[in-house]
Amino acid sequence: MSTRYDHIVIGAGHNGLVCAAYLARAGRSVLVLEAAEEVGGAARTAEIAPGFRVSACAHLLYGLHPRVIRELSLRRHGLDYASASLQTAVMGADGSVLRLKTDHAAGVIDAADIVALPGFRRRLLKMARHLRPMLLMQPPRLAGRDLKQNIDLARLGFAIRSMGQADMRDFLRIATMNVFDLVQDNFASPLIQAAFAADAVLGTNLGPRSPGTVLTLLYRLIGEVGPVQGAVALPRGGMGAVTQAIAASARDFGATIRMGAAVGRIRVEGERVVGVELADGEFIAAGSVVSNASPQRTLLDLVGPRHLDAGFQRDIGKIRAKGNTAKLNLALSGLPAFRGLDAADLAGRIVLAGSPSAIEAQFDPSKYGEWSPEPLMEITIPSATDATAAPSGQHVLSAVVQYAPYRLKEGWDAARARYLEVLLDHLERFAPGIRQQVVAQQLLTPLDLERDYGMPGGHWHYGELAIDQLLMLRPVNGAARYAMPIAGLFLCGAGAHPGGGVTGAPGHNAAQAVLAEAKPLERAA
Amino acid sequence: MNPDLAPAQHDSARATTRIGLKETPFAPRLRPLNQFEALEYWQGYWSPAHFGNMEREYFAIRNTASVFDISPMNKYRITGPDADAFLQRLVTRDVTKISVGRVAYTVWCDDAGQVIDDGTLFHLGEQDWRLCCQEHQTFWLEASARGFDVSVREETEEVAGLSLQGPTSFSVLSRLGLGGLETLKPFGIRRWPFRGHELMVSRTGFTGDLGYELWIAPGGALDLWDALMEAGQGIGGVEPTGSHALNMARIEAGFLGAQLDFIPADKAIRAGRTRSPYELNLGWLVDLAKGQFTGRKALVEEKARGSRYCLVAVDIEGKEPAEGSLVYHKQKTEVGHITSGIWSPTAKRNIGLASLKRPFGDTKTEDLWVEIYALHELRWEKVMARVRVVKAPFFEPARRRATPPLPF
Repeated sequence: MSTRYDHIVIGAGHNGLVCAAYLARAGRSVLVLEAAEEVGGAARTAEIAPGFRVSACAHLLYGLHPRVIRELSLRRHGLDYASASLQTAVMGADGSVLRLKTDHAAGVIDAADIVALPGFRRRLLKMARHLRPMLLMQPPRLAGRDLKQNIDLARLGFAIRSMGQADMRDFLRIATMNVFDLVQDNFASPLIQAAFAADAVLGTNLGPRSPGTVLTLLYRLIGEVGPVQGAVALPRGGMGAVTQAIAASARDFGATIRMGAAVGRIRVEGERVVGVELADGEFIAAGSVVSNASPQRTLLDLVGPRHLDAGFQRDIGKIRAKGNTAKLNLALSGLPAFRGLDAADLAGRIVLAGSPSAIEAQFDPSKYGEWSPEPLMEITIPSATDATAAPSGQHVLSAVVQYAPYRLKEGWDAARARYLEVLLDHLERFAPGIRQQVVAQQLLTPLDLERDYGMPGGHWHYGELAIDQLLMLRPVNGAARYAMPIAGLFLCGAGAHPGGGVTGAPGHNAAQAVLAEAKPLERAA
Repeated sequence: MNPDLAPAQHDSARATTRIGLKETPFAPRLRPLNQFEALEYWQGYWSPAHFGNMEREYFAIRNTASVFDISPMNKYRITGPDADAFLQRLVTRDVTKISVGRVAYTVWCDDAGQVIDDGTLFHLGEQDWRLCCQEHQTFWLEASARGFDVSVREETEEVAGLSLQGPTSFSVLSRLGLGGLETLKPFGIRRWPFRGHELMVSRTGFTGDLGYELWIAPGGALDLWDALMEAGQGIGGVEPTGSHALNMARIEAGFLGAQLDFIPADKAIRAGRTRSPYELNLGWLVDLAKGQFTGRKALVEEKARGSRYCLVAVDIEGKEPAEGSLVYHKQKTEVGHITSGIWSPTAKRNIGLASLKRPFGDTKTEDLWVEIYALHELRWEKVMARVRVVKAPFFEPARRRATPPLPF
């Protein structure tokens, strides 16, 4: 086979597919190579038992970028929400419950906090909105900028300045703060404090008292679902349906997607990328290669340090990526009975978190290589709103479990079964009888996420979301503009700006970088 | 005596915890000679600045034989199946052109093509090398080793080094009974058994004169020292020298000093203070055609774009040493400064190395001046002296390269 493509995209995760779709839309010949037998990567729907289908990893959409939805016609290709704006029910260990939906709160909460909530959200949403232009921007270089990059940098500065003087000062004051202090300053009730603290730390290796957790909270609020900023959506058919829609769009634009094609090596000749070698040895030539894999895997494993400058490969190897998040998926024989929650609550998002202090205490053991026995959980029961998720009358439960350290002292392979029991015990306290309902289960520890989903250190974002690893510093200083130091090699995944979450933004931005730098191959007439 | 400079006590209590500066294996001979306690810090070791008479030491380098203790030099042993490939990616030269038994001077750069350090690379055997340099390189070498099947081991303390330099150095060394020494060419390596140890001799040095560097296990160091002193008797002696005399000789030879003529790229804090090989007049060490090495991409770009600075040898009017002085074009525009400068007793010229902003020193070499401030008995005098850009070295005797070297 001597086919040669303009571009090869490694990995059919959502960003790889978004990138491929944009490249194909621009008329380029594109081949997507996926090691698994289906598209999706970490945005995949898994059948954990016959008829039980659940988002394997990520389960909620915080803002697939509207431009990506529009330009790739994702609605037409099947993107649909089971619910476009989920309610959140926060449950404390003492059985207290708080219900939150946008600006409204009800349940165990001080009256003053109910009054304060809309103003607090408005303040954060405004800051997040002003940061939004940076999502689809290639981070400007810090040195040696051209005119376009100077304009981008000015836009970013202007976006912050245009908040108005008071808001800008407020932003600069709180942006590097920790969420613990922020919620203490603004609310008195532990459950509403816990709700924001949980949003700030889910998926990260941070506790509410860690610096930079206000920034991660703002990051989560940048997105919008439909017209609603900061909304949380549950995709119909699970997260896999979202990537199926993006894949359909990419195919529609002419991209080829090949499954079961694991890449063994990115071939470099004369200091430029010339194509990829599959694990079975097959070579496929391409003008450029765009990798949806992590920067670590792409550069250190697939390219190899020898082809890179020593300092650059050292920096890539030092990206802070220690996952502290596990995923638990359960097939249930019936609807679980969470204490004090009604049917409407079960159709929304359930967060098990009593207070910011409790979350911080759950974070503590992870520093020493131990899991939290009573962990923070973000739970959805997709089958409550999506009939396709489970056989009639039965249900699936999807839980993001916060604090399960990648470097577990006793090792995950030895401790996985025991950890599952810990989690089921914990759930049983909130939903008595749930243990008896379990038909099948899937537990993904950070080690599994690294092995099966290629997340370095099992980190959902490929690299910690922290001020020193964002924007111009993501993945590392000097390589934030998607093009890697080897000619013809680009990154398009969560390891690149603006990071993880099913946004499509890194894929979109990478495609723009590829189109700006790489010319299509000349083809014989 | 300054307690900070107190040598380590080799009693049992301190055998495992070394306090203060380290001693080299030659210290038992060097310390009693150093009557002025004129010591300098060199990478954790004490190192002699002079032995009381710098002029005498300098003239020994140029007229008889001198020894300088180079044991503190950082030495890294690089071995393993990928040793050659590792070094090819590390340094700017093509190491495939350095045969076993040869030494090569080279530099290595960071990703931005800025010089981290310079040093000598000894090809000891198949996939077996030693890198000698002034600055610590452990972190950089470890970072560079990822992806290579290579072992990088610091062996600074395991090898004693003594630099024997000067016109009679060959005669002195011959008296140790090193058969075939006369055929050892510049940058060659050879080994001889010596009083129960292996003595490795490389025809290298930092003086630009005829000379050798002697490498031996620490246990053989004092025997070697004593043998050299004995061998020097009757032919002008062997003079222990300090760094001050050596610095004069290396400026005459046009050699660079790290932290003097360039700032190691990993030590610089301020942007723009580092230098590329091209900017240090070391472009001849850079082989862009050999394939990937760290900094190559940046150096290719620099070559296309043009360099910011140049390092040139200068001859300065008058006799006032000009080190640290600013260089002006037309006595008006500041264009750089003198990084190293001395009155050269051998060349009988006021010489220096200057770092200048291009095109000055490169295409514009006319009408350059240096502003020297000299303190003479509580009076500062300002001299505006004319600067001529010349070719280095300032002193290059034929004996430096003659093989066999002539006996003196």
